[in-house]
Amino acid sequence: MKRIYLDYAATTPVDPRVVKAMAPYFNKKFGNPASLHGFGFEAVEALENSREFIAKAMNADAKEIIFTSSATESNNTALKGVAFANKEKGKHILISPIEHDCILNSAAWLKKQGFEIEKLSVDEYGLVDLEEIKKKIRKDTILVSVMHSNNEIGTIEPIEEIGKICREKGVYFHTDAAQSFGKVPIDVKKLNVDLLTASSQKMYGPKGIACLYIRKGVRIEPLLHGGGQEFGMRSSTSNVVSAVGFAKAVEICLSEMNKESKRLIKLRDKIIKTVLKKIPDSHLNGHPEKRLPNNVNVRFSFIEGESILFQLDSLGIAVSTASACSSPKLEPSHVLMATGLKHEEAHGSLRISMGRWTTDKEIDYLLKVLPEIINKLRRISPHKIHG
Amino acid sequence: MVKSFYSKEVIKHFNSPHNYGKIKNYDGLGKVGNMICGDEMWLYIKIAKNKKGEKIIKDVKFETFGCVAAIATSSVVTDLVKGKTIEESLKVTKEDIVKVLGELPPIKLHCSVLAIDALSEAIYDYFKKNKIEITEKMEKIHQTILNRKHDHEDH
Repeated sequence: MKRIYLDYAATTPVDPRVVKAMAPYFNKKFGNPASLHGFGFEAVEALENSREFIAKAMNADAKEIIFTSSATESNNTALKGVAFANKEKGKHILISPIEHDCILNSAAWLKKQGFEIEKLSVDEYGLVDLEEIKKKIRKDTILVSVMHSNNEIGTIEPIEEIGKICREKGVYFHTDAAQSFGKVPIDVKKLNVDLLTASSQKMYGPKGIACLYIRKGVRIEPLLHGGGQEFGMRSSTSNVVSAVGFAKAVEICLSEMNKESKRLIKLRDKIIKTVLKKIPDSHLNGHPEKRLPNNVNVRFSFIEGESILFQLDSLGIAVSTASACSSPKLEPSHVLMATGLKHEEAHGSLRISMGRWTTDKEIDYLLKVLPEIINKLRRISPHKIHG
Repeated sequence: MVKSFYSKEVIKHFNSPHNYGKIKNYDGLGKVGNMICGDEMWLYIKIAKNKKGEKIIKDVKFETFGCVAAIATSSVVTDLVKGKTIEESLKVTKEDIVKVLGELPPIKLHCSVLAIDALSEAIYDYFKKNKIEITEKMEKIHQTILNRKHDHEDH
């Protein structure tokens, strides 16, 4: 059976060009940048070139980029690092309610340490409200964190405008761009952000590496102490091979972004249009236009997401769902709930995320089989379409 | 074959569930769970007498809103009771369902409970409608199921 991967938002395969770029750094140029000999120098060069490339890609200075092990670590560093370095100024932190768990749980942990965490609201599309942010920023607010785009529903937030507000009020602003970097243009200066998270494994680079942009002058404490790597901000032997891979992945995404994003938007809108037209009682989650080029999130009344996922899986199609039944806590997605959906509406949601190797043919196949799967599950369901 | 979250038997029942749909002139109907929790199961039974004159579940059908496990356990419970006497049917346990399925992920074990609940509610409904004496044990189970349902609805 041919397998069709439509879960690129979960993780992406590594591009063969990235694998090739990384290859020498596993066992030929394997040195530790901290070493003084030639092997070390070779590694320093590779690491710093990668850093510089990634920095340029987001219009930052190389010294403003630290490598970390994951977007989770970058987000933990941003929240906890800023909180502990600025607690004299205040303890108030504002976050959106649709952040990734690594932000939500870092914030929850900070709350236990005596910080005050306040969650913003979002509208039906998952968009934050600029006026609310203006109102909620206080004298003792030390950080605002709103994700660049949402991992489930793909909605792109008004980061530039939030950044402007935060700048005017003198509050640090962090954005988690794990799902955005490589897919849409990111310019840290234009976005007015002080901190930004980007991840390699969402953009055809290797897993185990991500980065955090920290604008020069931002007061922040490290999480890891040790040999002082990454400008003292993240001790650990440098992951040179992955940094090289990450930089190569960035290079490819940037050079192909225009063409690729147009191609994916076409496929995205085709899925949305066809599903809403062909399948009764289906709805789009997230914003129709302000959304990632590769993200579709739709919900189907009267049936449950995990069932749809496994029906598709038995045909070799991989998608994802945030239904309660599929979560370890048996609770529906906090993102969908924040957009105002009822439990029973959130259950039938499905995320289809496309990528570099998604073809028109694959999408046509999905659109051919999906209506029948929905029908089949609805025949089993006690709740039917009336009228 | 890639290892799956669910056993082969679960996927088999899920992909081709047995006895789904409605029974129009049913004798008993059990409705358990609710859409808010993400699982809802309706179980219809039709009662007849066998040659010995014992009441049996002549036909049984289900309608389920829920995950893979909820649909698979619904399918299995109908298989387990079809043609059995009411007395035998009341003895079917969640362990019997899990045994047929090979295994259920621990987090999905509650689905087998839901299937047993639906069955016992359908029989309760039949007894009530036909003024058949309801034992203390059955009444107790019925109340527990109702409470569970209301607990969830309060969420």
